[in-house]
Amino acid sequence: MSADGAILKVNNIEVKYHEVILVLKGVSIEIPKGGIVALLGANGAGKSTTLKAISGLLKMEVGEVTDGSIEFEGEYIHRKSAVEIARKGIIQVIEGRKVFEHLTVEENLKVGAHLRRDSKSIKEGLDMVYSYFPRLREKRNEIAGFVSGGEQQMTVVGRALMANPKLMLLDEPSMGLAPLLIHEIFNIVTRLNREENISILLVEQNAKLALSVAPYAYVMENGRIVMDDTAEKLRENPDIKDFYLGLTDVGGRKSFRDVKHYKRRKRWLT
Amino acid sequence: MELFLMSLSTGIMVGGIYALVALGWVLIYKCSGVLNLAMGELTLIGAYVTLTFYSIGIPFILSILLSLIVGIILGILVERIFLDKLIGEPLLAVIMVTVGISFFLKGIIEFIWGTETRVFTPPVFPLKPFTIGFLKISTVYFWSFLLAIVVFGAFVAFFKYTRWGLAMQATADDETAALSLGVSARFVYAAAWAIAFTAAGIGGALLGNINGVNISVGYLGLLVLPAVVLGGLNSVPGALMGGLIIGVLQNLAGTYLDRYFPGGVKEVFPFAFMVVFLLFKPYGLWGWERIERV
Repeated sequence: MSADGAILKVNNIEVKYHEVILVLKGVSIEIPKGGIVALLGANGAGKSTTLKAISGLLKMEVGEVTDGSIEFEGEYIHRKSAVEIARKGIIQVIEGRKVFEHLTVEENLKVGAHLRRDSKSIKEGLDMVYSYFPRLREKRNEIAGFVSGGEQQMTVVGRALMANPKLMLLDEPSMGLAPLLIHEIFNIVTRLNREENISILLVEQNAKLALSVAPYAYVMENGRIVMDDTAEKLRENPDIKDFYLGLTDVGGRKSFRDVKHYKRRKRWLT
Repeated sequence: MELFLMSLSTGIMVGGIYALVALGWVLIYKCSGVLNLAMGELTLIGAYVTLTFYSIGIPFILSILLSLIVGIILGILVERIFLDKLIGEPLLAVIMVTVGISFFLKGIIEFIWGTETRVFTPPVFPLKPFTIGFLKISTVYFWSFLLAIVVFGAFVAFFKYTRWGLAMQATADDETAALSLGVSARFVYAAAWAIAFTAAGIGGALLGNINGVNISVGYLGLLVLPAVVLGGLNSVPGALMGGLIIGVLQNLAGTYLDRYFPGGVKEVFPFAFMVVFLLFKPYGLWGWERIERV
């Protein structure tokens, strides 16, 4: 563990796909031990790529960290394989609820426990997951491909939990879910952070939601971090309000504002 | 009637062996999406290696176990040398490579063991058939069937209940997600090939016991293709059903149709059946139709 208490440090990384397509142009992120950090941004800003760079899954997509470094508990991990990184305790929950469709819910969880070897610890893990997600216990013998979207999301989060993570990378857990379910899942995420002491890096498009659980957030645009601050300050920031929270303080017509709005946005995009 | 029941029982028993070879096929397809056209040669290698050990005086069961070890080593070698480098390449390229491997192995086999038929001497199973009621059952067929089914069951249990079995199924479903949980895809592929080699090898050894071993055992290995397609390329129970169905059809065709179409109707019939069957059920009996949630 590094002296300043950060569990993960991403130092100015640059990521290229197929050796030519520059996707991340200098991204730096720090996650405090036991903290929740949100990563906000629009589609294609590079949020998922950042997560994949950390978890090592980038190599599956012919991507590579070409510059900068990633440090986990004081150790460089950006050259390590996805399996080694998972073994160190960084588990990514891929976006889009990627359950193993043809396995049952419980078998999905057991695959999550692949890195725990003894059956006693697997049993404990299952009990823990079922205590956080009682609904999964009911559905344990059902084929994961056929349970509802919310239950699939619970399955993948539970599955990641089975891997005993120190740091969980959550990629858009709210995608395509009903508000009530989203609320439930985010509640559990904060509980996991508090009770199991799992640090969390949360990628979200839903900025309001993310800022309500994460005390600190980074904002990404076009492969760069353009802003980072505490959730409180970000909520007050006029740009964030406009672009991410969908709030404007001018109630009436905003013809001239729209022009300025466009310019402000453009500043970020360069 | 007696003739019918005889063909039926023989068909079921040969079908058990086909099911075992089919399992090897399904396994590789399930894990990596590759249709391994070298399966026939794997069957042949299993048969020859077992025969070689047996002919120097090692008991049959022990010979099979030794051939398994050879199979595992060969499986891992083939995967590491040829297929590991092809991860991410178009599937057709990979399938063509398996065709290449098939010819390569066939050449090696002919080089080492020659082309004339060899038989297990002394015969492993007594030649005298035994009778249940009015049914005469050949001892070779009976024991081969039993052994094939036991091995098949063992493989199925492996997939359902062991850590690596689950990991292999998970990789088949979603490689990236499995990787994110620390399941090594490279290890899974190597394991799949090793297991496929062993399944095909045992099947080959059993088939070789029935008719003697020559290059045509390799064709029998390929005959399993209709069984696999029939069952659904990625279904383990499908491999079992497909194997049995093809075994039965083949023998019934041999018994009843050979009179009218003398020659290879026994070999051709399963393929003809496969074509017609696929017109109606393109995914096979239990193949995955992609689960689409609404």
